[in-house]
Amino acid sequence: MSRTLSEVFDDTRSHDRAALIGYLPAGFPDARRAVELITDMVAAGVDIVEVGLPYSDPLMDGPDIQAAVDQALTSGATPDVVLDTVAQVVAAGATALVMSYWNPIERYGTDRFADRMASAGGAGVITPDLTPEEAGAWISATDRAGLDRVFLVAPSSTDQRIETVAAVTSGFLYAASTMGVTGTRTQVSSAAPGLVRRARALTDLPIAVGLGVSTGDQASEVAAYADGVIVGSAFVRRILRAPDHESARAGVRELAAELAEGVRRHP
Amino acid sequence: MAIDSAAAGRTLLDGHFGPYGGRFVPEALTAALDELDDAFQTAITDPAFALELQALERDYTGRPSPLTPAARFSEACGGARVYLKREDLNHTGSHKINNVLGQALLTKRMGKTRVIAETGAGQHGVAAATAAALMGLECTVYMGEEDTRRQALNVARMKLLGAEVIPVTIGSRTLKDAINEAMRDWVSSVERTHYLLGTVTGPSPFPTMVRYFHSVIGREAREQVLDATGRLPDAVAACVGGGSNAIGLFSGFMDDPGVQLRGYEAGGHGIETGRHASRFSTGAPGVLHGARTYVMQDEWGQTLPSHSISAGMDYPGVGPEHAWLHDTGRAVYEPVNDDEAMEAFAVLCRTEGIIPAIESAHALAGAMRLGRELGPDGLIVVNLSGRGDKDVETAARWFGIELGTAEGR
Ligand SMILES: Cc1ncc(COP(=O)(O)O)c(C=O)c1O
Repeated sequence: MSRTLSEVFDDTRSHDRAALIGYLPAGFPDARRAVELITDMVAAGVDIVEVGLPYSDPLMDGPDIQAAVDQALTSGATPDVVLDTVAQVVAAGATALVMSYWNPIERYGTDRFADRMASAGGAGVITPDLTPEEAGAWISATDRAGLDRVFLVAPSSTDQRIETVAAVTSGFLYAASTMGVTGTRTQVSSAAPGLVRRARALTDLPIAVGLGVSTGDQASEVAAYADGVIVGSAFVRRILRAPDHESARAGVRELAAELAEGVRRHP
Repeated sequence: MAIDSAAAGRTLLDGHFGPYGGRFVPEALTAALDELDDAFQTAITDPAFALELQALERDYTGRPSPLTPAARFSEACGGARVYLKREDLNHTGSHKINNVLGQALLTKRMGKTRVIAETGAGQHGVAAATAAALMGLECTVYMGEEDTRRQALNVARMKLLGAEVIPVTIGSRTLKDAINEAMRDWVSSVERTHYLLGTVTGPSPFPTMVRYFHSVIGREAREQVLDATGRLPDAVAACVGGGSNAIGLFSGFMDDPGVQLRGYEAGGHGIETGRHASRFSTGAPGVLHGARTYVMQDEWGQTLPSHSISAGMDYPGVGPEHAWLHDTGRAVYEPVNDDEAMEAFAVLCRTEGIIPAIESAHALAGAMRLGRELGPDGLIVVNLSGRGDKDVETAARWFGIELGTAEGR
């Protein structure tokens, strides 16, 4: 059985380092190869994987993830494929979350999705466009299924808002580092440390920072103040630019190793 | 004239219409939506705001828009008496100006200097560019590449007005994708940018706020039809893209139980072909662009492409208040196919000397159906939401009129 989110964070904290969290969409470029790429990511040092559920209108995502999700939808990545991907990477030892916009979950059936996710061995679900106000049914479903629920805070979130979001969150709090969409950036936003500092004062949850991290140096910089470092577009980009599947796999392993070194480095 | 804050307050409580509406957005937008809600609430209780908006409506838009008796068109409607609410005579040629002036004033009140907008037919883009020019705001308009071709004239108008037009080349390259891109811009620029959303969709408070700014249509129409006929109509009819012109008209008659509210969606090539934008015929409740509403979607919750001859109707979602009016039965929605809309378009041209927008032609086709139901005693107010200048090329092609010659039927 794979570890829960809190087991992972207890472990990384006891080693005085941040957890490395890697995102890839299921079904990208197809179901089988996505499982290989995600498993590679874990083998090369990613602590927690986020398996993206492809959606037709990903309005929080930049061009790289949009392109990946397009390929995934073309390859037939339904929620069942996503759940199967989770089951396979969990069987390989990964701690796995699903990252999904809300509509596909609601359409699948809120309870049904939570139950299937738990049966697949998933640890929890990140819902980037579900606000706490709209999350009533989701909170009961995940409580019943024993899944962690990850919600997001942003630099524009007020302290009161951070408290509201943290109150319904479990596993870790996702701090979006910038006001913007997913994508690699040359610099991690200067807003991130301040956001994490504010959130720390308001919650005991581990705090992971995402949006814009793509290199070992950036991972190390974020690891200095956050409990987790989330990397998505940089993995996707390696795969999009690779001439074939073998080089994509090599690229993913190489990036995961570089980032894993980063979260262990003390600047 | 008293500001309609009671009507606004009815649903403003938490931004829901029954189970519909709400806010499904990235957390980064929550603060901006709260700020907008605050600015809106403050403005509608501030007499100075009402005066400023009313002055613009009168001196700039040209309100009130007339209510025109359409005697010859009525003959094509089974003899039922039809009146046209002439939003086509507004400055910029459609109802869209009502909303943009209100939101542009709010933009200034919030101290923001830039607006962004999505557009399908280009009417909202033109209206947004117009308000931005008038109030000295920067303006960027997102428009699906497919629509920039269908509505080339409006692209030129926006550019003449000083707006930047960004063709959207992802997804289906229509209105839905333009909204995705506008949202992405907004998340990244929200500090100085207001998203001037063009219809009654989106996260709260947009549906309520946009309804508020269009409620002038229904308020005027009710007064005008009473003046002209001494009674309330049997039905009011409007086309429903996102649903803003319809909700504007409906809002004036919501509390008159004897007045039927009739909305007409795009039936495209016909419901059975799947090539349409009739959310209430084949859609199911779901979440799109920040609100729970009826959405055209597949069994996995992926949004399905919509289709209509009219770019302004070509959208797979619909305003959440319409979803609620549909479920409660207060309003009735029916599809009107491309060919039926074009038939009504031709009839209005030749009976009244008015070239309607193809969007509005869907409402006219609805009135022709409805009139036959009601018979000669019937009285119908149709919202003529826009004029057809932008559609001349599409209509010419449809009717086999060659541009540049005097031929054609
Ligand atoms: C003239 C006209 N009528 C109607 C519409 C549809 O929008 P709504 O349903 O929001 O009124 C449009 C949209 O572009 C339009 O230009």
